[in-house]
Amino acid sequence: MGWFLSALSSSIGRKVIVSLTGLFLILFLIVHASGNFTLLNAGDDKGAAFNAYSEFMGHNPLIQAVAWITKILILVHILQTIYLALVNRKARPVGYKYEKPGQSSGWSSRNMTFLGIIILVFLVLHLKTFWYVVHYGEVPFVNGDPSQGKDYFKLVAVAFSQPWYVALYLIALVGLAFHLWHGFQSAFQTIGWNHPKYTPMIKTIGKILAILIPIGFSTQPIYIYLLTN
Amino acid sequence: MNLTLKVWRQKNSSSEGKMVEYKAEDVSPDMSFLEMLDVLNEKLLKKGEDPIAFDHDCREGICGMCSLFINGRPHGPGEAVTTCQLHMRSFKDGDTVFIEPFRAKGFPIIKDLVIDRGAFDRIIQAGGYVSANTGSAPDANEIPIPKDIAENAFDSAACIGCGACVAACKNASAMLFVSAKVTQLALLPQGQVERKNRVENMVAQMDEEGFGSCTNTGACSAVCPKEIPLDNIATLNREYLKAKATSDNV
Repeated sequence: MGWFLSALSSSIGRKVIVSLTGLFLILFLIVHASGNFTLLNAGDDKGAAFNAYSEFMGHNPLIQAVAWITKILILVHILQTIYLALVNRKARPVGYKYEKPGQSSGWSSRNMTFLGIIILVFLVLHLKTFWYVVHYGEVPFVNGDPSQGKDYFKLVAVAFSQPWYVALYLIALVGLAFHLWHGFQSAFQTIGWNHPKYTPMIKTIGKILAILIPIGFSTQPIYIYLLTN
Repeated sequence: MNLTLKVWRQKNSSSEGKMVEYKAEDVSPDMSFLEMLDVLNEKLLKKGEDPIAFDHDCREGICGMCSLFINGRPHGPGEAVTTCQLHMRSFKDGDTVFIEPFRAKGFPIIKDLVIDRGAFDRIIQAGGYVSANTGSAPDANEIPIPKDIAENAFDSAACIGCGACVAACKNASAMLFVSAKVTQLALLPQGQVERKNRVENMVAQMDEEGFGSCTNTGACSAVCPKEIPLDNIATLNREYLKAKATSDNV
């Protein structure tokens, strides 16, 4: 076991953990955004499809297990990056007086921690609005009638009817876009998956995902805002 | 041409340093950057002042001894060039030029712009070598190596260990340096004997020396005077993970 722990606690090992958890979280984002597209049906079904989807996600044991794994991996991703960011800061105790980093590297690649913090702040707010209320608060019933089931859509509609809340989502999604712009291809570089055949493909896919995932998510608050106002 | 220089002056490793302004006058555009500093130092000596200490040796761009963080970039403006091969025609009359030492915990300052890059030597000692029989030199081309592999290996072997990669990296990471040697020797038949131990030991030493970890910004490769490719870091990661998973070091 010693070799395994020493591998994981090396600089490369820790980065591999960040990469693998990051790639898993990208998968999670794709699934999450796809499921929530049921919200875009709300104009016709008043959120019935979204409610059915939420009910299924909240009670399927397999989904619940994956949800716990996701939570743990989010924590691992955050804790490892905080550790690495602190070590990296210590690696240059005295900085330069005159620096022009833009001439040799891209903005998003240098600001992954900052972008990660934006996403983390958003995540806390997002969980408090939805996850916390669903698990520890009171979700209203459809038409106030318990026999019609819980109205998860109502929670979403109330949250997204507020312009500042929608604005916060959009800001966080811009942060996510830049985070993924660098993160996806960087993850493959870190796990050593580099090849003249596949690397250009990976870079292109990373950029497409960095644009499509945030755009996909952003349709939801914008649509609900327009629907409720 | 006349320039204003802002130079980092620091008496020794334990003292506080600061930026000091100097005027470099009548600088010829054909001078190298180090010659410009030589002329300035002669003037300082004549005035009885302490000359600016900086690293240099071959002045041909191949020894890796010169350093300097010039106007926010290791080895100054220009691609694939060392400070000794940087000419003053890269600057304009009246420019202000900032000259700082390479900054990293792993590269402590000895004096002014002179840094201790012994950490790189210790990383190489940890595994950046191949075993060879003593005795007479082996015949040339005794071991056949395909041309493309030989060329790839040579691209990595071109690393002169100057430390520009560390200086440019926002994390002061030494991964490009380590990856150059690991990639070079992993490609060649002579490097196979110590292949797994090499990468395990070199990475362990790199971490031990206090260099940061790679976040794939690519700054290292962009400023490298020998244009060591960023792909080498992926190769290093792959070599490391394979070695950790399959070596005999339990």
